[in-house]
Amino acid sequence: MRRWKYVPAAIAAAWLIAGCERRIVDEESENAPTASLDGGSAKTVAHSGGSVADQVAKERGLTPDDVVAALKTYMPSGKLDEYMMFASGGHSGQVFAIGVPSMRLIRTIAVFTPEPWQGYGFGTGEEVLKDGDVNGIPNRWADTHHPALSETDANYDGQYLFIGDKSNSRVAVIDLRDYETKQIVKNPVAISDHGGCFVTPNTEYVVEGGQYGTPRGWKYAAIEDYQKEYRGYVTFWKFERSKGRIDPSQSFALELPPYWQDLFDCGKLESDGWCFGNSINTEMATGGVEQGKPPFEAGVSQNDNDYLHIINWKKAAEVFKAGKVEKLNDFAVISLQTLIDEGVLYFAPEPKSPHGVDVTPKGEYIVVGGKLDPHVSIYSIARIKQAIADKKWKPDKFGVPVLDYDAVKEAQVELGLGPLHTVYDDKGYAYTSLFLDSAVARWTLGGAYQSLHSEPAWTLVKKTNVQYNIGHVCAAEGDTNTPDGKYFVALNKWSIDRFLHPGPLYPQNLQLLDISQPGEKMQVLYDMPLGVGEPHYAQMIKADKLKPWTIYPEVGWDPHKQAVDPEAPQAGKEGITRDGNKVTIRMTANRSHFTPEHVKIKQGDHVVWRITNTERTEDATHGFTLPGYNVNLSLEPGEAAKIEFDAVNPGVYPWYCSEFCSALHLEMIGYLLIEPTSPAAFDSESAKPVAKLDK
Amino acid sequence: MSNAVDNIFGPRVPMDEFRAHRGRYLLPSVLLALAGSILVASLFLPYWKMTLHAPQYPKGLHVYATLTGISGDVNEIDGLNHYIGMRPLREAAQFEKANAVMLIGAVATLLLAAMLIHNRWAALLALPTVLFPLGFLLDLQYWLATFGTNLDPKAALSSSIKPFIPPVLGVGTIGQFKTVAVASDGLWLAAAASFVALVALWFHRRAYKPLVDAQSAARGRVSEVPHVMA
Repeated sequence: MRRWKYVPAAIAAAWLIAGCERRIVDEESENAPTASLDGGSAKTVAHSGGSVADQVAKERGLTPDDVVAALKTYMPSGKLDEYMMFASGGHSGQVFAIGVPSMRLIRTIAVFTPEPWQGYGFGTGEEVLKDGDVNGIPNRWADTHHPALSETDANYDGQYLFIGDKSNSRVAVIDLRDYETKQIVKNPVAISDHGGCFVTPNTEYVVEGGQYGTPRGWKYAAIEDYQKEYRGYVTFWKFERSKGRIDPSQSFALELPPYWQDLFDCGKLESDGWCFGNSINTEMATGGVEQGKPPFEAGVSQNDNDYLHIINWKKAAEVFKAGKVEKLNDFAVISLQTLIDEGVLYFAPEPKSPHGVDVTPKGEYIVVGGKLDPHVSIYSIARIKQAIADKKWKPDKFGVPVLDYDAVKEAQVELGLGPLHTVYDDKGYAYTSLFLDSAVARWTLGGAYQSLHSEPAWTLVKKTNVQYNIGHVCAAEGDTNTPDGKYFVALNKWSIDRFLHPGPLYPQNLQLLDISQPGEKMQVLYDMPLGVGEPHYAQMIKADKLKPWTIYPEVGWDPHKQAVDPEAPQAGKEGITRDGNKVTIRMTANRSHFTPEHVKIKQGDHVVWRITNTERTEDATHGFTLPGYNVNLSLEPGEAAKIEFDAVNPGVYPWYCSEFCSALHLEMIGYLLIEPTSPAAFDSESAKPVAKLDK
Repeated sequence: MSNAVDNIFGPRVPMDEFRAHRGRYLLPSVLLALAGSILVASLFLPYWKMTLHAPQYPKGLHVYATLTGISGDVNEIDGLNHYIGMRPLREAAQFEKANAVMLIGAVATLLLAAMLIHNRWAALLALPTVLFPLGFLLDLQYWLATFGTNLDPKAALSSSIKPFIPPVLGVGTIGQFKTVAVASDGLWLAAAASFVALVALWFHRRAYKPLVDAQSAARGRVSEVPHVMA
């Protein structure tokens, strides 16, 4: 049987030898040896196996490159992907876990938005979602932007994932043991954000960079007072790894000029302790096109330069610990003046309205994507530190030291139109998205990376077209201190003609590229439509770094506390107890029955319903669907859940298991019998739909 | 020493003879002790293992039986068994499991006691050890038959699964499951103890038969008291 594994490779080799017009040297050298392992020369295999592949390829009109792309991405049933990519779910408020190279969607993770399959927001999960309320108003969606995997020593450790919500400046914590959202924190000072989330090298802090300038403390201030009253913020959320939670009481924000801070990134190794962010509106344009003023899009783009924000976060943490903070909405904020006085904040000019800021793997350089400028500008942390030591600066309007550009600049590389985001590989190349060119630029790093490639430093090597309007980019472990290379994903905003048209709302196109070969070869391998939301950033981690649970560790597990709930019903200890009008139901679920199966209560009772899935078998998930009361739970093996509601409407409600758990799945039901307390209340004409979940 | 005691314990070895052939008289005792130790060690290992194969269990389901209990995917197997109305596996052989430690202790003690017996009675004391593996399998087969043939007629799948007797060793089929039952390390150890005990008895006979024969010959000369065993 072992020889069969070589058949795809053999077919590829056959193709390359028999039918290639364009000879692909790299592919041939890679596949030929495996073909010869099959017991004969590549040519004999071509003779026997090539004809079928030849025919299929001919029928489907596939080029040799297509066949190679298929072979590099096809995942036979039962084989597992090498990488897991976590992509933001855009306005779906979710996160997508996608296998690479197959580009198969493996799981959506409900984060800011209720999601019934996971039972998130339909009986359970409300305690997490509620913390995302904004000033008492439930915001049950999000514009998720930048996922950040937790790091240890500037490398993904596979334990936690953070995701920021641009629309309401919120950050969520996902535990990668069960891929469930454990916490949402609402930023008390920033209204919207963009630069979240990015983590410090040991996940001491989760950094959330703000975006649009707003008046301090959610107050009202006239737009005419923009410079005086409006501010931007970058927030450092303290992450308590042992608890798996952000601790807002140990977190703080930095008050920044209202320059519309954009993306951020944290330094590592040589630049450890520093954090870098961009800004796009040093003009402090306030729009007002209807009053004859320049519209934002033009007003924000007037100056030749905006400012790279250079933040000494370790010093900021000391300032916070020393108590040199103000309280804004009960949240610690280090004032702009303190930042200047304590030497926490510096600026450096950057080409106007830039976008991404991405630190190189060893932390020596900071790469800024020009967006409206065709260059990437590279800064050196060594030069930055020197310029600070030499005091080579001039203050800006707020007194923040602006470092001399020539003193901190390492290089500039002209790449093309609309350079946005940059990731790295293991061969000393950087990859930058070119939005306007709809292309990916591969270019060379200098310094310590020079020896990894054969091209001159700081030069463009190759541009590969992608379809279309590329935004973020993601490479295998591409923003750690040890990038893997191999795979690269272009997150394209437009797909235009790449997929069957599903009406006027088109999916995004996540395009997989092979970046394993040096030089000019960068092949597009696969187009993945994502018709759920608009992913922004994504991170790709080696799958074997993830250690997810297959089932919950013990029966009666509370996923919110990640511990056994002592109150969780256990097999043999089910029952219904009444205390006044409070009825507590203790139920277990196991294939293919709930215990108990009859729950008889009275209208007006307050119901506390605890259910444990007592299964210990992988994938033996049960659902709990209760009609009439907006309940749908996902009870994964071992999981315990608790729901509470008032039985306001009488009647008989058949609850059932909503997961196809077994052959007798349909029979896995029970009846909730709610006796009417007065005959009138049972009159469906007068009964008002007032059912409301407490929790 | 009276004749009755002599008849039970057999002849003692004269000191000169023991010194002359130390190995001959020590070997059976050493082997008996070894067999006893192996048997006691088997208490800590599973005797029997059944693997259930079905499409939706790519890793299979495994159940292990030690003398004191069962382990493995017992909950899952019980969960599946409830569809055909089989009682939970833990309810099987409760007496045996509860008394297994005492039983092994007793069997091993008898074996050690055989070291002191220098005649055919020693074989009787070693017999439980020799037969132990067989006894285990017979008991297990009894429980498999009891459980497989006493299914709850009201169970969900009772109409499609008829009562059955899973083979104690080898391959069986039930529903979509193929069952493979094999002896496990503990049973192999018990079998080894059984074999070592047999070998010990052979050396025991070689060492003591001449003494017994000599004694009975001497007795024959002194009196006509018949002796039962020598």
